[in-house]
Amino acid sequence: MSAVTTVVLVGVGGQGTILAGDVIAKVAVAEGYDVKLSEVHGMAQRGGSVDTVVRFGDSVHSPIVDPGRADHLIAFEITEAARRIQFLKPGGRLIVNSRTIQPLPVLTGDMGAALGVEAELQYEGAVFLDAEALACEAGSPRSANVVLLGAASYGLPFAEGTWRTVIAARVPQKTIEANLRAFELGRTACAEGVCEL
Amino acid sequence: MEYPFLEVTRLTRSLMSGNEAVAHGAMEAGVSVGVGYPGTPSTEVLESLAKLGGVRCQWAPNEKVAAEVGAGVSYGGQRTLVTMKHVGLNVAADPLFTLSYIGVGGGYVLLVADDPGMHSSQNEQDSRNYAAFAKVPMLEPSSSQEAFEFTRAAFDISERFDTPVLVRTTTRIAHSKGLVETTGDRAPIEPIPFKPKAEKWVMMPANARARRVNLDSRMALLEEFSNQSELNRIEMRSSELGIIVSGIAYEYVREALPNASVLKLGIVNPLPVTLIAEFASKVDRLAVVEELDPYMTSRLLALGIELVETGLPRIGELTPDRIAQAFGAQAPELRAAVKDLPPRPPLLCPGCPHRGVYWALGKLKAVVTGDIGCYTLGALPPLSAMDTCVCMGASVSMAHGLGMTGATGGRPIVGVIGDSTFAHSGITGLLDMVYNGADGTIVILDNRTTAMTGHQGNPVSGRTLSGDAAPALDLEALCTSLGVQSVRRVDPLDLATTRAVLAEETERAGLSVVIAQSPCALLVRSDADPFAVDEELCTRCGACVRLGCPAIMKLPSGQPVIDTAICVGCEQCVQVCRYSAIQAVGPACDFGGGLS
Repeated sequence: MSAVTTVVLVGVGGQGTILAGDVIAKVAVAEGYDVKLSEVHGMAQRGGSVDTVVRFGDSVHSPIVDPGRADHLIAFEITEAARRIQFLKPGGRLIVNSRTIQPLPVLTGDMGAALGVEAELQYEGAVFLDAEALACEAGSPRSANVVLLGAASYGLPFAEGTWRTVIAARVPQKTIEANLRAFELGRTACAEGVCEL
Repeated sequence: MEYPFLEVTRLTRSLMSGNEAVAHGAMEAGVSVGVGYPGTPSTEVLESLAKLGGVRCQWAPNEKVAAEVGAGVSYGGQRTLVTMKHVGLNVAADPLFTLSYIGVGGGYVLLVADDPGMHSSQNEQDSRNYAAFAKVPMLEPSSSQEAFEFTRAAFDISERFDTPVLVRTTTRIAHSKGLVETTGDRAPIEPIPFKPKAEKWVMMPANARARRVNLDSRMALLEEFSNQSELNRIEMRSSELGIIVSGIAYEYVREALPNASVLKLGIVNPLPVTLIAEFASKVDRLAVVEELDPYMTSRLLALGIELVETGLPRIGELTPDRIAQAFGAQAPELRAAVKDLPPRPPLLCPGCPHRGVYWALGKLKAVVTGDIGCYTLGALPPLSAMDTCVCMGASVSMAHGLGMTGATGGRPIVGVIGDSTFAHSGITGLLDMVYNGADGTIVILDNRTTAMTGHQGNPVSGRTLSGDAAPALDLEALCTSLGVQSVRRVDPLDLATTRAVLAEETERAGLSVVIAQSPCALLVRSDADPFAVDEELCTRCGACVRLGCPAIMKLPSGQPVIDTAICVGCEQCVQVCRYSAIQAVGPACDFGGGLS
């Protein structure tokens, strides 16, 4: 059972973590792995904290993961990266979209924004990238989740062609090219090590 | 450009959620009709079944109606799948408890999805208790593959033993995905012609007494079946520790305690007592691992079976590590937690038409009895505009009851209910208010959809599960015919009018209904330009911030700014700004906010 790899995607409801998790799971299936995926629908999706867990290996039992057990943490938002940092095992891989979406208590001024989060995440070994900027560069501002998939892909044992196949099948026809560009930009950013701030 | 590789992704096994797998199981079992009411985490079962084709699928206004429609299909000799979330089974409990006496014609399977941990629910009741209480068999799958197989098997059990069958999932089954092998074949089911048979179909006391005896003999037969069935199985590994487990907890146990022997129960009612005794005799120490209530534990203890006390929590979800640690494993090394993070509760979307109603109710200092839906989020700061939330329909009846007490010190009482919720169980409460001469105001938040569960059609929106047009309920005509004296319609995106109408209606004596109609912001793709705050004109009064819109942020300086990336241009903030400081700007790939 030790051969199971766990990817946790965290973010804010509406950011596309569910689609991203679905793509990773389908890529793993296409590469011949047993796969389980867990996500939560409903009230949490309305702008709340959300997480999607994808686990793959020879044989996977649990669709969820405990703190200290995830191999990869892909954060679509910086505060959520900090909130779920304990899920990542020591030595795990941390990819963080440098964008902040302030939660409502901060928006209304009832609470201060989290301070020093970036430095803490840096200390934890985070690789940062600006997924929204890269998505705009790719030609579709809504493809930030696919940019992050590109970044995640660099550390996962799947062929690049499989990723491209699954993404093309999963996004709307009109946006296939922009999404594949977004994937490429995210992947290249990590490959070239230029995604650090 | 061509994408020839799109074809390559067709797989022999496919990744399915538990909900999709239940739908496939029902389809292959030859089900004729699927009926239910949307509720997280059950909703996608019927949506998936409808997409498979060849099965008539429909949303009922509530779960009781769904269970009864299903009963009619069953008595008509065809197979039916009825779906709902755990609290929906409370609504459907009335027919269920008598359907168990009657039994079935065609197979009758009721899928109930529990929500341990309350991800999207107002309680975490354990539906296994219903199976024992209503005296019906219950199957509990542990994976998507089993969700498929058990649903298919449930129809056979239903017809073989002449009983409705419950299939219970939980959030981690319903919304987890795993690989499922299906045949894709639909079983050829011979419809059983309906035959009048009063002693079976008509549950008046004399007939019910006879069926009551029949019910117990049926449960005895089912217990024997439970002892023999492949749905329950012993997996012998080390004899030092044996675990009795069902549902998703089985997968956690396999991961947490890979060497333990397991009695995996797929049938949790009736429990296979002989099989349990056999398993108990094979292991040195025996423990039950179960999420929520000590349902199996208490039954086994009553049978005199000795169990190891695990100390596992009876509140919320289990996890592999919680189980491992209950049996002595060390907790893994953790990174340091990042402290003092602001919480991120869910919130009303930018452009949500509910926001204006809550703003107006706040201005009127109304006491608001609330209900179940997206609009429950109006209870959270800064709107803080809801004072109660219990169950579907309770907003109306509780406004009635609260009004009798005179306890609100002259503050108006307003019940707030969504369109789908009103159709579900608000109408009878309103009828009660008319009948018993209640004062008060009920606001129907008609956003033309069942939004929280993912935008299902309902009788008010006039769109069916298959996407066809249906007669849309005329709320004004309905409320008027019930006898409500004043029924008015407002556009909740027009804040001043909404406030004025609510003020008039709450001040008048008698009962009134205000229908606040505007489609859910996620249904209408706004092409309006986003807005931004002109810092020259802004006095930092905070009126826009108090709308609780996720697109508006108050900077530490007190200056509000608008995130143009998520602003949908609904203009609610424009209307509360007395200084005309919020103005339209062009769209851009700009994530900073503010005029630049």
